[in-house]
Amino acid sequence: MQIIHFIQQPWHWAVGGVLIGLTVPLLLLLGNKTLGISSTLRQICAACFPADISFFKYDWKAQAWNLFFVAGILIGAFLAATFLNGNAPIEVAAATQQRLQAYHLTNYSQLLPAEIFSWSNLFTWKGLIFFVVGGFLIGFGTRYAGGCTSGHSIMGLSNLQWPSLVATICFMAGGFFSANVIIPWIFQWLNA
Amino acid sequence: MAQCLRVIQPINTNFMKNIKYLIAGIFFGIVLVKAQVISWFRIQEMFQLTSFHMYGVIGVGVITGMISIQVIKRFGIKTFDGQPITIPPKKFDKGQIFGGLIFGIGWAITGACPGPLFAQIGLGFTVVLITLLSAIGGTWVYGLWEKKLPH
Repeated sequence: MQIIHFIQQPWHWAVGGVLIGLTVPLLLLLGNKTLGISSTLRQICAACFPADISFFKYDWKAQAWNLFFVAGILIGAFLAATFLNGNAPIEVAAATQQRLQAYHLTNYSQLLPAEIFSWSNLFTWKGLIFFVVGGFLIGFGTRYAGGCTSGHSIMGLSNLQWPSLVATICFMAGGFFSANVIIPWIFQWLNA
Repeated sequence: MAQCLRVIQPINTNFMKNIKYLIAGIFFGIVLVKAQVISWFRIQEMFQLTSFHMYGVIGVGVITGMISIQVIKRFGIKTFDGQPITIPPKKFDKGQIFGGLIFGIGWAITGACPGPLFAQIGLGFTVVLITLLSAIGGTWVYGLWEKKLPH
């Protein structure tokens, strides 16, 4: 049981980084698969709502492995939360805590703020923005960019692909603008 | 909607062939949680430049991946069942700029990219299922407009 106790401790960023990086050769060695999770969203569209759109007419079943992979992510996160203390309170930088307090967010008991991520917010402006609009931007943006953090920032950069560097810089630019301009504005409006 | 059951078809027919990817996914899911990269707070810190954590994780991840791919290429390493390893190159188009900016905005709002969406649901934040459905909707709308968007 020593090993479980060892894993249950909070992980240093370098440990997390190495293990995420090792997923790249792991998938290549398992079956010449390239890490890229946003593709599963396209597969689900192709399977469920193809609607005669040419973008969804492709052999999505050939990529079935990726659906198994994301199902595994869901199970793995559940296991981590249940057995590996994965949902424990985290340290949050004092400067960020200060800003979040101004947003009226003070609950650090889990990895996501309960004040936002709960079903009771679903039919509110907060829910519309953080779940529906946020999710739409992820799905639309990643497909338009031809990949997400895993496909471009981890896999693409690892393989020295310059288009992935352009994509990663744009992910970061969008994120900086969002976190420092849009999100403060959203909370100012929500808490008004 | 009944068509959605089609998603299950390859799961039925190729279960044994694909089970290894399920296990790889479980490993990746545990790592995403324990490295806290699925934390909404960590994403805010990254974009507010108040902590090094996310930069450390992604930076070390890229370096590890880079070394691994170099080793695989240099020594011509094959897959476990002896197939050659080939990695398709990424082609540049303007989508990486426009789409990248759009996704970045969503990343900071939700605190998640596509992988972490699945992990956040597994973590117990079942309401993220709505975010995932909306992301599928966003991908669908991209497919609908694909030809009209600048690339």
